[in-house]
Order: sequence, then C-alpha cells, then structure tokens
Amino acid sequence: MSTNSVSVSALKKRKSPIYMAIIYVVCVIIAVTCILPFWIMIVNSTRSTPQIQQHALSLIPSGHLAQNIAVFKGKDFKPSVGFMNSAIISTCATILAVYFSSLTAYAITAYEWKLKNAFFSFIMGVMMIPGQVTLIGFYQAAYRLGLTNNRLMLILPSIAAPMMVFFMRQYLQASLSIEIVESARIDGAGEFYTFNKIVLPIMKPAIATQAIFTFVANWNRLFEPSVLLTAKEKKTLPQMVQLLRGDIYKTEFGSIYLGLTITALPLIVVYLLLSRYIVAGVALGSVKG
Amino acid sequence: MNKKKSVSYTKYGYIFAIPFVVAFLIFQLYPILYTTFIGFTNLKGLNSKDMSLVQGNPFQNFVDVVHVESFRTALKNTAKIWILNFIPQIGLALLLTAWFTDVRSKIKGMGFFKVVFYMPNIITAATVAILFNALFQSPTGPVNDILCSLHIQDAPVQYLVSKTTAQNVVIFIQFWMWFGYTMVTLISGVIGIDPAIFEAAEIDGANRVQTFLFITLPCIRTIMLFTLVTSLIGGLNMFDIPKCFLDGGPDSATLTTSVFIYNQAFSGSYIYNKAAAASMIMFAIIVFFSSMLFYILRDKDEAAMKKLKKRELREAKLAARGMM
Repeated sequence: MSTNSVSVSALKKRKSPIYMAIIYVVCVIIAVTCILPFWIMIVNSTRSTPQIQQHALSLIPSGHLAQNIAVFKGKDFKPSVGFMNSAIISTCATILAVYFSSLTAYAITAYEWKLKNAFFSFIMGVMMIPGQVTLIGFYQAAYRLGLTNNRLMLILPSIAAPMMVFFMRQYLQASLSIEIVESARIDGAGEFYTFNKIVLPIMKPAIATQAIFTFVANWNRLFEPSVLLTAKEKKTLPQMVQLLRGDIYKTEFGSIYLGLTITALPLIVVYLLLSRYIVAGVALGSVKG
Repeated sequence: MNKKKSVSYTKYGYIFAIPFVVAFLIFQLYPILYTTFIGFTNLKGLNSKDMSLVQGNPFQNFVDVVHVESFRTALKNTAKIWILNFIPQIGLALLLTAWFTDVRSKIKGMGFFKVVFYMPNIITAATVAILFNALFQSPTGPVNDILCSLHIQDAPVQYLVSKTTAQNVVIFIQFWMWFGYTMVTLISGVIGIDPAIFEAAEIDGANRVQTFLFITLPCIRTIMLFTLVTSLIGGLNMFDIPKCFLDGGPDSATLTTSVFIYNQAFSGSYIYNKAAAASMIMFAIIVFFSSMLFYILRDKDEAAMKKLKKRELREAKLAARGMM
C-alpha cells in the first residue's frame, strides 16, 4: 500500500506535459507510417488505373472494384487457388508441428532417460538453423524421388520443429506437475493416453500461441514453395503475389493493388481479431530475461 | 521427479522422441549432408541427374563462389542491409520500450499502439515488397504524388532505378516490418523484471534516464542478445523482400546471398553445385552465430557448477599425482 502512494505522488510530480506530448506525437507518427501503406493499398484497389495515374494518393475509396476484378480473368494470378494451397499446407504443417513438438517436449520433461540432456542440448544447438540453407540438397533429393510439386514435402518437415520443442519444454517445466501424470498411471492410464488426454489440455495456452505463429510463418513462406512447387495449380498465395510484379499488370495499377489487398486483407482481419493473443504470444515466445 | 518410479517408464521417453528424430534425420540432417556433397560435385543443368566429384581441388566450387563478383556483392549487401536496419530497429524498439514500461507516466492507448506497430510483421513479406514497389513507382506512384503535392520535389523521380534508393527502401522495409516485434519482445523482458528493483531505484532518487540505463538495460541483456542473434540469422537469410521488391536489382544493389543462391540454382542457370557451395558457406556462418546463441541460453548456474566440479576434479587429480 505504502509503495503505491509513493508511486502516485511521483507520478504527479514528474509527469511533464511537454514530455508526454512528444511521446504521443512520435507514437502517432509511427502508427500512421504502419497503417498508411495498407490504407493506400486498400483504397487504390477500388480506384481505376486512370484515377491512380492522375493522383496515386487518395484516402477515399472509389467505385471501380468490379473493373479491377475483371482484369484477373484469364490471367495466371488466381488468388482462390493460392488461398486453398496455402490453407492446406499451413493447416497441416501447424497441426503436425504443434502435436509432435508437444510430444517431444513431454518426452524431455516427464521421463528420465539416458540421452535426455544430450538430446535437449542438440535441439538447442540446431534450433536456429534455417531450412533455407539446405534447400539445394532437399530439392535434389525430392527431385530424384519425383516428389517435387508434392505438398507433403512442405508439410512433413514440420514434425521436427526444434524451436517449438524448446518453447514447449520451457512451458511444460513451469506448468506440468509430475503428480498428475503419476496419479493417471495409478488409475491405469497408458502413457500415450495420458499425454493425449491430460498433458495436451494443460498445454493449451502454449499450443494456441505457437499454432498462430507457425500458421502465419507457413502462410507467408516464399523460398521453399518457390523451389518445390512449380506447377501452376500447386502455387501458394505468396507465389501468386509474385506474379503481380510481372509485365502483364504493369499498366493495370488498380488490379495490382487489388491483388495485394486480396492477399493481405484476410491476414489483417484475422490479426485484428486475434491481436490480443498474438501480441501476448510474441512476449511468451521469447526467452526469459 | 521421483527417479525410482520413472525408471520403468524410461522407454517412453525414447518412443515419444522418435517421430521428431526420424523427421529430423530425413528432412534436416540428410539435406544438410546432401547439400554439402553437391557442393563438391559438378551438378549443373535442368533435369540433370548425373553428378560426379569435381576433379583436382575438391574445394574448387567454394573457391569459385568466393571469387564470383556477385556473391561478394551479395554478401556485402546482406551485411549492410542487416546492420543498417538493425541499429535503428533496436534503437526505436528500446525507446518505445522505455516509454511503454515507465510506471511513472502511463500512456493512454498503449495497447492500440502495440497492435498497430506489430501489424507490418504479420503481413506476407512478398505482399509488402510488391506493395512498396507499387508505392515507389514513377511517375505515378503514391510517394511521388505525396512529395510533388507537398512541393518537396518539383517533378516525379525514378526511385527504383537508383541503386542507393532501392537499397534504402529494402532497409526501411526490414526496419518497418521488425521494429514492432523487437519492441514487444523487449517489453516482455522488462515486465519480467522484479518491480521491487524499480521501486528501490525510485526511492534512491534515480530519474527516468538513469533508471533505464542502469537498471532496465542490464536486466534485459539476455533478451537483447537473443533478439540480436535471431535477427542476425534472419537477416542472413533475407530473401522475400529483396526478391519480390526488385529481384536483387537494380544492378545487384539489393542482391542478398539467399537471392544469389536462388538465382544460381533455380532461375535460368541451374548451377546447383555453386549454389550448394554458397549455401554451405552461409550455413557455416549461421552455425557460428547460433552457437553463440547456444552459449547465451545455456543454464548459467549449471555451467558454473560444472566448471567448479571440473576444477575440483582436476585439483584432486593434481593432488593425487603430487602425492605419488
């Protein structure tokens, strides 16, 4: 109580209005910088190319959305195809990553086995190595086996997600009491059953945040799909977006903005709906100071 | 953990780790080894399946890659783009962290600001890159439109043909996409600090700046190092933005090592062996930096204990030897 009154009096004493004004002005400027590009993108997707050519910057939407949509007819940019492919890959990869990372983390936390510590050290050692630098070998192996243009090549690798195992282990160590597991054993539950029915529900908060980030990371991934998925009907959304820079659309500014909006808007909407969890999740995902 | 009871369950530890290990061996370890192997072969050409080890110097591909002008440019660009985006990024993130965690001045709408600042990070990098390409178009892009309307420039400028501007825009995009993430991470670090320390500082009469410099910063040292290393490794792999923004151009100004590797192997030239060699060079650099992270994250007390034990053991041995 006494500390509370100290900080209140300090607050009154030291809060200078100029200092606060500077903070707000800077924050508002940065906020505008973060929003404006997306706002321009959304507004311009409803404007016609002549309008954009006359004045590229307008904050008020216009009525040429249908016209811009029509441009995409018969072109390679097919957002619905990309959307479906991205959704399939991201969903499957997320489920696998979350489940098997939890399982591996549980193996490290709940059981005493000889190689346990060595295994965990190994996971920490490899968790920062990005798949990108080894993709030449991955591609060549897939190519020789005829597995390019196969979505599984982008989904199955997520079974081994060292970074997520690391965070899941941190979470389990803090929140799993071994007594719960032991009482389940006394009740005759099998080990696998215990994991699925008792441990997984305990891990829900960690799973939720990790799932959101894995999904977004997979959704936005460009390098691996560009290499492995070359067939038109297999392309993911980020690969489709790349087509917008091509020559066909160079004079169709309205449709370029529309294409970008189609790919960004779902993410913006989902982000705004889940922002509370996402921003808190970033904090959870980092190491403790 | 009760050792007696868990003994009979030991095998489940192994069983539950199997899927991870198998997937790791197939999808991560094997590609690493195979990429290394390709780096020592003559594998080239679309649809080519034959390869044999290079004649003469086995490291010929590595030597060649290091001497290729565009790889050197790519390496320089990657380092430059990362450094020039990271310094302002961590600077702004620290400033915002200091403001947002200052108990003496609560900021209204802080939640809103956090959400908005983090937003660019969640949007597909490919989309962001092409959006910025559209924004900087000439003569009819929004940036030209704003600057002409405000009479900052008299006529539209061809931004995207200038090497410096192109590089600066890539640096800005990286900064813009990541400062929010860094800020949120740092804030979480500050929130984890025991509030009693801040109270003590306040009672001792420390002002805002002093509190931040001498209390907050030292307390979030680990988290800052973590941010530094993860950002560095991400930066070394920078691909989406430079690839989609101007495909490494103009005149290789935004060519990063990842774009170089991609272009070598997959767009037109199909020089897999050189690309593999370049990948392994990047791999070595990344392993070096991630071992630094490993060192940072290790349990410090445990490590200190181990050292102490080792020393005791050594001293005991020395003593025993001396006795003999």
